[in-house]
Amino acid sequence: MSQKVLLNATAINIILHRLACQLIENHNDFSNTVIIGLQPRGKYLAKRLAKMLTEAYKIKNLQLGALDITFYRDDFRRGEKILEANTTEIDFIVENKKVVFVDDVLYTGRSIRAALTAIQSFGRPNEIELLTLIDRRFSRHLPIQPNYRGRQVDAINEEKVKVHWQENEGEDVVYLVNN
Amino acid sequence: MSELSVNHLLGIKYLQEKDIQLIFETADHFKEVINRPIKKVPSLRDITIANLFFENSTRTKLSFELAEKRLSADVINFSAGQSSVKKGETLIDTVNNILSMKVDMVVMRHPNPGASVFLSKYVKANIINAGDGTHEHPTQALLDSYSIREKLGDVAGKKVVIIGDILHSRVALSNIFALKLQGAHVMVCGPKTLLPKYIDQLGVKVETNLRKALNWCDVANMLRVQNERMAISYFPSTREYTQQFGINKELLNSLDKDITIMHPGPINRGVEITSDVADSKQAIILDQVQNGVAIRMAIIYLLASKIKQ
Repeated sequence: MSQKVLLNATAINIILHRLACQLIENHNDFSNTVIIGLQPRGKYLAKRLAKMLTEAYKIKNLQLGALDITFYRDDFRRGEKILEANTTEIDFIVENKKVVFVDDVLYTGRSIRAALTAIQSFGRPNEIELLTLIDRRFSRHLPIQPNYRGRQVDAINEEKVKVHWQENEGEDVVYLVNN
Repeated sequence: MSELSVNHLLGIKYLQEKDIQLIFETADHFKEVINRPIKKVPSLRDITIANLFFENSTRTKLSFELAEKRLSADVINFSAGQSSVKKGETLIDTVNNILSMKVDMVVMRHPNPGASVFLSKYVKANIINAGDGTHEHPTQALLDSYSIREKLGDVAGKKVVIIGDILHSRVALSNIFALKLQGAHVMVCGPKTLLPKYIDQLGVKVETNLRKALNWCDVANMLRVQNERMAISYFPSTREYTQQFGINKELLNSLDKDITIMHPGPINRGVEITSDVADSKQAIILDQVQNGVAIRMAIIYLLASKIKQ
């Protein structure tokens, strides 16, 4: 197994600032916008962005949630791997809100498909946008594209993109792993 | 996350401690789901479940049906009263006929102990025991333990007394197995005639004095006297039973601590429990019912995940 660093901590920080600014451009003071991290890995990015928006860009009363999509996935009983559920933390209704889904890597688009179904349990949003740190091109199974992307990556199917966060793995870094 | 060690839920006897923890963790997620504005998930949209009730039930049947529907499974219901069982069809034939209509999972309540174990050996479907005679009622025991965990934080180390008609109770037996597996201390309390002869061999304390039992415990699980299963008289009169083994507010207030009161239902108000206790803050009877749906969703989901495509 070999791995290559795609983004280091400095690069990630610059990208996060850019993504935060792009969000502000479209959502102003976030009074009608909610940010929802997709479990399990999108939560870290969502939290980081929310922290940056609150501290560096002085956005007040930002609403942040975490959505688990396990029970909405389309591969239940289809793989060897047992699907592990995570907690959903959404203590608000998304009716008529602008929702921004946040995930670390966009690959086949199937998780996003599941998330689009899952969010309906919390109301009918006005619109839904997608933000991903890494967009793996040419690997989509569904017609889904991000509105905000950190970095576009061309990776073949055998390769994996791993995102590590300071809070969880002790470092901010994105690896391209070759098995 | 691992998977369940069993393909059927026939009784707590066949489960391991880690199975119970997995069911509880999964139920936590489903409890969040059933408190959403829209309480349904699409996980089991390609699974069909038959609910076979050869014995009366209100709570359990509704709870299973709701759990199945909230998981988006297709559901068919069957009650023995209106069926060909009366015309002499055997259990295996009845079930195999239903399964040939492409049913994946069977939830069964039956008056004969061991009926679900028997069925699991002869038919190709995942079986969930919803109560088999006086033997086991595993989903009830799991939701009882889950409710204790929710109220007191943990089951391990807690003192639980099961009070009433232990002899005819499948709830008692499943609860004893489940609580022991999780490291709780268990006592049974009731009139000697309604305590099975060798019950102490299951590792439970036996007590015939209600006040002593209540002073010992953290949780009291009250059982109904199952008159329909009694061919002979086990105690002189209902009034005398109530005087010795019924709990009331006065009795609870005279204890030096607040204990948690549980009841699997149906309640006979004024017999084993008075209304002021059943409706008090100490009673978690309605929480048990709500948790029942989440627990059954978890069990069905976990068993369904083992059905291969």
